[in-house]
Amino acid sequence: MKGTRLGETKRLPGGSGGDYPPRWGPGAKPLVGLGAKPPRATTKTKVTHYYPELTLGLSLLILAALSLSIGASRLTVWDLLSNDPSQQTLAATIIGEIRLPRTLLAVLTGGSLGLSGAVLQGLLRNPLADPGVIGISATASLGAVLAFYFGLWSVAAGGICGGLLAALLLVTLAGRHASTLTLLLAGVALSSFAVALTALALNLAPSPLAAYEILFWLLGSVADRAWEQVGTAAPFILLGWLLLLRTGRGLSALALGEDVAQTLGIDLRRLRLTAVVGTALCVGASVAVTGSIGFVGLVVPHLLRPLVRHDAHRLLGVSTLGGAVLLLAADLAVRLAAVGQELKLGVATALVGAPFFLWQLLRMRGTP
Amino acid sequence: MTALCWREISLRKSGRLILAGVSLAVARGELLGIVGPNGAGKTALLRCAAGLERGATGVVELAGVPLTRLAPHQRAQGMAFLPQQAETAWPITVSAAVALGRLPHAGRCPEADRRAVAWALDAVGMTSWAERPITTLSGGERALVMLARVLAVEAPVLLLDEPSAALDPQHQLATMELLCRLAQAGLAVCIVLHDLALAARFCQRIVLLQAGRVVADGTPEATLTDDHLQQVYAIRGIRHPIDGAHRLVAWERLPPSSGQAAAG
Repeated sequence: MKGTRLGETKRLPGGSGGDYPPRWGPGAKPLVGLGAKPPRATTKTKVTHYYPELTLGLSLLILAALSLSIGASRLTVWDLLSNDPSQQTLAATIIGEIRLPRTLLAVLTGGSLGLSGAVLQGLLRNPLADPGVIGISATASLGAVLAFYFGLWSVAAGGICGGLLAALLLVTLAGRHASTLTLLLAGVALSSFAVALTALALNLAPSPLAAYEILFWLLGSVADRAWEQVGTAAPFILLGWLLLLRTGRGLSALALGEDVAQTLGIDLRRLRLTAVVGTALCVGASVAVTGSIGFVGLVVPHLLRPLVRHDAHRLLGVSTLGGAVLLLAADLAVRLAAVGQELKLGVATALVGAPFFLWQLLRMRGTP
Repeated sequence: MTALCWREISLRKSGRLILAGVSLAVARGELLGIVGPNGAGKTALLRCAAGLERGATGVVELAGVPLTRLAPHQRAQGMAFLPQQAETAWPITVSAAVALGRLPHAGRCPEADRRAVAWALDAVGMTSWAERPITTLSGGERALVMLARVLAVEAPVLLLDEPSAALDPQHQLATMELLCRLAQAGLAVCIVLHDLALAARFCQRIVLLQAGRVVADGTPEATLTDDHLQQVYAIRGIRHPIDGAHRLVAWERLPPSSGQAAAG
């Protein structure tokens, strides 16, 4: 870059010596003298309101406290501060060893699903996209099922490998210069294939009990999870979050199409790679320890988008919080409504989420 | 001073030759009109300059530096591109859409960003629409917002693909006047146009493309001659001198000339 500064535009040599933009300065005439639209009398200074972030953050804290306080034994977080040492130890054991891992997993999984849903919807510019659509959930499930089936390694590692394999396949399938549409179609194909293979594994299961166990795990739940599972999944989930949270600028630019985003300096190949690998890491790891939980990735960004004025960048943080809040609330509902056999979390989210989503769609019919 | 330069640019897409070794240079302060019949390669030429055609051969230089040696953000600061079709995935507000033009500057100076967005909105007369969702605007209004987005980049080179196609006559004239002033202020402005009357009136220099080749390059008087119009478009134009300048109206179709049959 010898002698030229590309960003230098204020005073340009070789022109007629005018300022650019020429509108500035005293006495400058409007460039486009259009009287048709009267300008607003007052210019509002734009203030970003953080109400969605604040509300969701507070809800998350309250729900987490509730989640730690509700369970089979009547212990609450306040018992941790109890004067009775035995009571305190008991509370620490039950809350620390049983409820805390469950709560953490609900937050991590919900956040992963909400965040990756927001990223994929922004990347594919399609409100129907979520980790399920591009095949990450299905392949992660398949990986976990295969690990369980063959007794290899751990189920969690199988899920993560499945998710990463899906990401690799997607990036290869979609090619170097592939469009977003190719990525979407490749994801749908991959998803169908993984579902078929999972069904095959069930079909060929050695005993009805094994098939039953796989099926049950696939329904998705955060119940009875221990620190071991949190320890396996959390590093991958957090790494995935780090990658996904870096895509905000690119996703904002994509609102005006791929060509415009590219000419605004966004490296689309890198953006796609970051989004797909990030999703594979956090969703793969989540699915591996909780089973498949549908609908969160689809619904959460969709509901929150109007609250952040459709800003794809801001939607990322809000969706992470929203996903965590939704899954924590769903898990609490499942625990409180428990009669006999506890309802599976994945079943509950779909059972409540789908009709709610349909109702939302009906309500918004006719409005853009 | 050359702001943008195409050197021997060729582009082939699914076996069809779109551009056949086009070489052009645009200086700062120049308003270049790129005209030609449908499929002549006008859009491809702009897209090559914007670095959007990966299959193209040849070199595009921005301020003397090959495009391939520039980082994405340097390219983005160096030129702004307006595509033919306005695409909007989400109903973001008009001001948010225009503010996306500041992305190449990475938010280093919020005050400059705010000023540039306000100026760009004002330049196209959309200030009072700033808080409207972009999806509620008409096609022409959306085109003006997209133009404002390009202006907000404050790049020294503007590449505009049919900026006036969706606009009513009043806004067509206003837009062309605006672009003239920007060129006078020292920008290099390249516009793809279909409207020969607008091109002849406002562009100091016109490049006439046909089948991926430059047929003529020069002043409107030198490029939009009767011969060229017949050869490239197979039309006859009528001319009317107003204020001693070149005024042209595309008037009637002619039977295709032998020259066009050979080129097509």
